[in-house]
Amino acid sequence: MSALTLTPSQMSPARRIVGGALRSREIAVALVLVLVIAATTIKNDQFLFGANGWRDLLLTPAILVLLAVGQTSVIITRNVDLSVGSVVGLTAYLTGRIFIAHPGTPVLLVFLIGLLFGGVLGLVNGALVAWGKVPALVITLGTLYIYRGIFLTWAGSNRVNASDMPDNFLKLGTQQILGIPVLTIVALVVLALVGYYLYTARGGRELYAIGSDPDAAELYGLRVTRRILAAFLLSGAMAGLAGVATAARYGTVSSNAGLNLELQAVAAAVIGGVAIFGGSGTVWGAAIGAFLLVTINRALPVLGVQDFWQQFVVGVLIIGSIVLDRVLSLRRDRKIIEARDIA
Amino acid sequence: MPEPATADVVLELQDVAKSFGSVIALRAGSITVSRGSIHALVGENGAGKSTLVKIVAGVHRRDAGTFRFLGEDVDFHSTAASKAAGIAVIYQEPTLFPDLSVTENIFMGRQPVGRGHRIDRAAMYAEASALFERLGVRIDPRRPARGLSIADQQIIEIAKAISLDASLLIMDEPTAALSGLEVERLFAVARSLRDEGRGLVFISHRFDEVFELCDTVTVMRDGDYISTDPIADTTVDEIVARMVGREVAELFPKSPAPIGDPVLEVTGLSSAGVFHDVDLTVRAGEIVGLAGLVGAGRSEIARAIFGVDGYDSGTVRMLGREVPRRNVRAAIRAGMALVPEDRRKQGLVVESSVARNIASVIRRGLSKAGVLTTGAENRASSPWAGRLEVKTAALDMPATTMSGGNQQKVVIAKWLATQPRLLIIDEPTRGIDVGTKAEVHRLLSDLAGQGVAILMISSELPEVLGMADRVLVVCEGEITADIDRAEATPEKVMHAATRAARPNDIEPTTTMEVSA
Repeated sequence: MSALTLTPSQMSPARRIVGGALRSREIAVALVLVLVIAATTIKNDQFLFGANGWRDLLLTPAILVLLAVGQTSVIITRNVDLSVGSVVGLTAYLTGRIFIAHPGTPVLLVFLIGLLFGGVLGLVNGALVAWGKVPALVITLGTLYIYRGIFLTWAGSNRVNASDMPDNFLKLGTQQILGIPVLTIVALVVLALVGYYLYTARGGRELYAIGSDPDAAELYGLRVTRRILAAFLLSGAMAGLAGVATAARYGTVSSNAGLNLELQAVAAAVIGGVAIFGGSGTVWGAAIGAFLLVTINRALPVLGVQDFWQQFVVGVLIIGSIVLDRVLSLRRDRKIIEARDIA
Repeated sequence: MPEPATADVVLELQDVAKSFGSVIALRAGSITVSRGSIHALVGENGAGKSTLVKIVAGVHRRDAGTFRFLGEDVDFHSTAASKAAGIAVIYQEPTLFPDLSVTENIFMGRQPVGRGHRIDRAAMYAEASALFERLGVRIDPRRPARGLSIADQQIIEIAKAISLDASLLIMDEPTAALSGLEVERLFAVARSLRDEGRGLVFISHRFDEVFELCDTVTVMRDGDYISTDPIADTTVDEIVARMVGREVAELFPKSPAPIGDPVLEVTGLSSAGVFHDVDLTVRAGEIVGLAGLVGAGRSEIARAIFGVDGYDSGTVRMLGREVPRRNVRAAIRAGMALVPEDRRKQGLVVESSVARNIASVIRRGLSKAGVLTTGAENRASSPWAGRLEVKTAALDMPATTMSGGNQQKVVIAKWLATQPRLLIIDEPTRGIDVGTKAEVHRLLSDLAGQGVAILMISSELPEVLGMADRVLVVCEGEITADIDRAEATPEKVMHAATRAARPNDIEPTTTMEVSA
């Protein structure tokens, strides 16, 4: 046998799965989330067991989960979509205008329109990135301002109020089925679909491949342009969906709807273990990251932490998770080198 | 011209041309590959072989000429189209996705799918294991590609190409990073593919391999087709003469140089899991060859000496004075220079001009009042470029446009500009054409004559034996032999490199215990 090759893993499948789970980023972030919830609940049991505690815990992160899922699919391809906050605002306003113009529009149709509209905006991003060969950071920074500009010009000094939208639509924003908010169910279903696709479909795996090494992806003959378009389309569509959900959840749409959400979506993905240079990470991690980010923001005031320190903690969380990644990957590389030496 | 096509022809190129802007990469490339044949394609670097391959692979589109595949005129717009038609290519440099498992790397874009287009991972892993078995290697199909040695990466490339079940397999220097045993396995697989009636193209600078494996050889020079012959009717000398279009000067012009005092003294250098207890001395005017298999830890030792990587224990002395660990600047100040293995990634700023690359280490001395002008860079670098005969139109050409041999000369020039006392050179002639190889060798010999101490890492045995005054053999991070020039034979070096004295490597668990 050649002395240069590595021995195959001798682990049984069960041990491999358990070992993989223990080392996984998703579990680590979920543990932190549980700790935060537990600590806050001990301080004030209303946080989890209060009248709205349970509902808010699940409902508040729903919109960010949608955005994090879309953002993850883009970041995996070594791109980024900074325009999602503006797409949320624009779609939320569009939702209000649809109800003002046609009060009887079916709610499902409005969700579909939001999905489609966001998708088109995402496609514009994707087309500029994929065909223009311009870094996504620059393109989507541009469309962030353009989409926000369109929104502000269109809305002028108008805003959409709760009275402009039908009750059954607004009720969706807080309604629960079996104790789980409807918007959270929507977010979880979307999460499951995208997560399943990214893990089991050729298209999903190709997104990882493209982000891992774009040049190699070209040589493999992967349809890079098409996949990148699809990733941006998905991110836009998720932002569109989040826009409609924002309108339903908050009842009013003012000019700052969706402001700064894009950075929260990126932060959620990074905290959840999605590598900012693409190629690795899961939507599950990003979703847990979104839950953690939102829950920490809600928990810190309960724990008596001042406003400034709340932002500080989020910053520490982001940097901490990246440092953790770096340390782990250095350790892993060293192990691999040692294994090579022994084999 | 090659024989006209018959039904047995897989690939036929006639007078294919390609230029990039004003640079003509291929003037009139022609090759005819038959079924059941292994066809060698040889030529100096810059002869147009890689361009020809990339046209067949669909990376580039030809400007002119005929391109027939399986008897039909084709024109591939993309690598996907060429792949779909049945062409597999192993590129010179592995192109893998580091974040994904080796299995995903093999099957990316054409994974076996089950119901509902769901990827069948079990089938994929099984198929990958079967491929590795056929290649006789043990690689965990689930491990990520990140961290694989170059040899293992090359194995993945080969597995990928074989799994394509292609009618034409092109291998662009697949053996550059492989050990002897791995080369043997690759050749066995190549022969079995040939016997299945596929066509293979084999590009290599190693003539012993060409003559061992191939049945036909096509020579290219300066973007032109030169000749095609059955291997049996030709000789190495004939082919080399056609490749260079002139008689090659002596390939290893090592002239004896007076050997002086020790320049580099390394004692007890260890780094956990990488190398152990390395002692070595290089004297002024001496060329010490560091031989061994790829992955034995030679480059790592060099990097530690030069201060790129740290080490756990041991000392490095230059001219009697200790050099601090992990400090490249101190190493350069002490008179060291390192020409790295991977010149494109580690040796050059490929987007920058030739002059800027050459002047990059000495730029502190060139700047006036903190300002570094292009003029100063050009003035400082031109004598070095001239001395090494770097073939480039102008010093302000970006390094990326040059051939491998010329790039290597630029890297060497960069370090010579610092006037080093010790030159560490890692694989000085990997992927370099025959003509330039001889020039690099002559240069090393001249430097030694001027009293520079040279530590040369090389995987090419003839190079080590031809150039080195003393050969140190590294095996699994340890120096296993110190052989004088007069006594160095290929057998002795290979013996030490593989530790053939050790009980057979067949039982991997025991070797693990032995070395652990």
